Amino acid sequence: MAEYKGILVCGELADGKLASITTELLGCGRKLADDLKEDLSCLLASDAVGGASKEAIAFGADKVYAVEHPALKEYQADSYMQAAEKLVKEISPRTILMGQTSMGRDLAPRLAFRLGTSLTTDCLDLSIDPGTKLLTQTRPVYGGNAQAIFTSEFMPQMATVRTKAMSPLERDDSRKGEVIPTKIDIDTSKVRAKILETVKEEAVGIKLEDAPVIICGGRGIGGPEPFQTTLKELADLLHGAVGASRPPADNGWVSEAAHIGLTGKIVAPDIYIAIAVSGASQHTAGCTGSKHIIAINKDPEANIFREAELGVVGKYEEVVPALTNKLKELLAG
Amino acid sequence: MIVCCKQVPDPEAPPSVFKVVNNQMTLPPDVKPVIGQYEEFALEAALKIKDTGGGKITALSLGNNFVRDVIKKALAVGGDELILLEDEAFEGGDSWSTANSLAMAIKKIGEYDIIFCGRQSSDWDAGQVGLGIAEILGIPAVTLARKVEVVDGKAKVERVIPDGYQVVEVTLPALIIVTSGLGALRYATLKGIMAAAKKQLVIWKPADIGLEPSQIGAAGRHSKLDKLFQPVKEAKCEIIEGETPAEAGANLAVKLREAKLL
Repeated sequence: MAEYKGILVCGELADGKLASITTELLGCGRKLADDLKEDLSCLLASDAVGGASKEAIAFGADKVYAVEHPALKEYQADSYMQAAEKLVKEISPRTILMGQTSMGRDLAPRLAFRLGTSLTTDCLDLSIDPGTKLLTQTRPVYGGNAQAIFTSEFMPQMATVRTKAMSPLERDDSRKGEVIPTKIDIDTSKVRAKILETVKEEAVGIKLEDAPVIICGGRGIGGPEPFQTTLKELADLLHGAVGASRPPADNGWVSEAAHIGLTGKIVAPDIYIAIAVSGASQHTAGCTGSKHIIAINKDPEANIFREAELGVVGKYEEVVPALTNKLKELLAG
Repeated sequence: MIVCCKQVPDPEAPPSVFKVVNNQMTLPPDVKPVIGQYEEFALEAALKIKDTGGGKITALSLGNNFVRDVIKKALAVGGDELILLEDEAFEGGDSWSTANSLAMAIKKIGEYDIIFCGRQSSDWDAGQVGLGIAEILGIPAVTLARKVEVVDGKAKVERVIPDGYQVVEVTLPALIIVTSGLGALRYATLKGIMAAAKKQLVIWKPADIGLEPSQIGAAGRHSKLDKLFQPVKEAKCEIIEGETPAEAGANLAVKLREAKLL
């Protein structure tokens, strides 16, 4: 049996640069590799990897496998699987890390089943058991109502990591590492799911992930219109963005792109104002990283008050316009 | 078409009722089981295709102690057949053993064009079983579908990505994993409920799908659950008061400003 050694991060690029999740994975992977006294490698697959390889080294990688192929221009499962599977079989890593992202959710389970191993998705914490050297994987379960710790004796040990759960290292361009251009043949005849077209649907204005202030509406908002008026007015005043918990997205009151939660976006703004949001764990999983959470809800028992540091109990239709008007006055003065 | 459904505790139950005892989630008896939300969307996706192009829908579920009225909803809304992999030995499985058992059952079912699954269950939230089934069966899979049509023997799928969607065309047979955005599962009609009540369920035991006890449920796991726990959260929310809700809103503005948060 091959000896499994080292940590492999399956990286992602965004606009030709290392995606922030990849810097987070490298930060976490570096610590695991140091604990094991083994190498940290990073796979970067694209049509052109370019300067991202050097970036990966600056963020902690010892080796970067740069796989370039026209079929890898955007993420497509069948072609990325070929690249990942071939590299993994060649280097036999002990542990494979991916982001709990659009790509990681799609690729990691396929790869785990292809390799006959196990995978723990959406981890919040990873560590090495000093005795067994196995990867200890902590993730939320039951919509965030509990957490579970898993280990597996199947190799390689695979995990996906929630975005913003880990911290990247300080970028250090003087770090030494090796970039290994890796030629992998991608058999495009094996691509069974073809991407015909990619359509951008982002709402105009500030992106939810980048907004310093988020005004989030829940089921209690009652319909689509207040998202465009009451909530938007407050968001505009604070140069923020409007988001929603799952029920408004499921009901079509807002677009899916505005959905914050376990199965939507994970955000971490400075200020998060949750309005008529009950605070189900599956929602709070998407916003607990916020610096300050403020809740407005007519139900004093609502779970969101357990997450918030400031709150108002009352009907949002009365509370929010008064809040907006008073803030307008205060911010103008 | 085959739709994989899972019976889960109602995820809308308030967080305070979820209690971990001896490494197991225990819920009070008034938390009723339901078909998982994403599996309901998967059922709806199959029903929409049946509406326009016809076809037969087989619902497939794995577990133990199914509540008949809950799981029969799959028939009441328009499913044609319901197969339950029901046995004590199926309990305590992980993504690996669950996907393997479902894939073996699908092999036994034989012919199919599309297998629909939900993106993740509301209890273990792993989001792996669908892709696992596709890998074991060696068929293509498309994840996060919010719209599915069958055109010229291929499926055309709108796949959700972070800032929009992709249109993906996939050869059949294929496995399609459904997310929200497809529309809620339709209500069962009275006629549908009556018809479902009369239908005979098909129940398969591990031996019926050619699996040994060591390959299923807890014994067939690839991952080990070391600990289940609930982190303690300290609630320290300061409630801003006022004579009226509007006054409280204004007071919140003052407080936010004073604390230099805004």
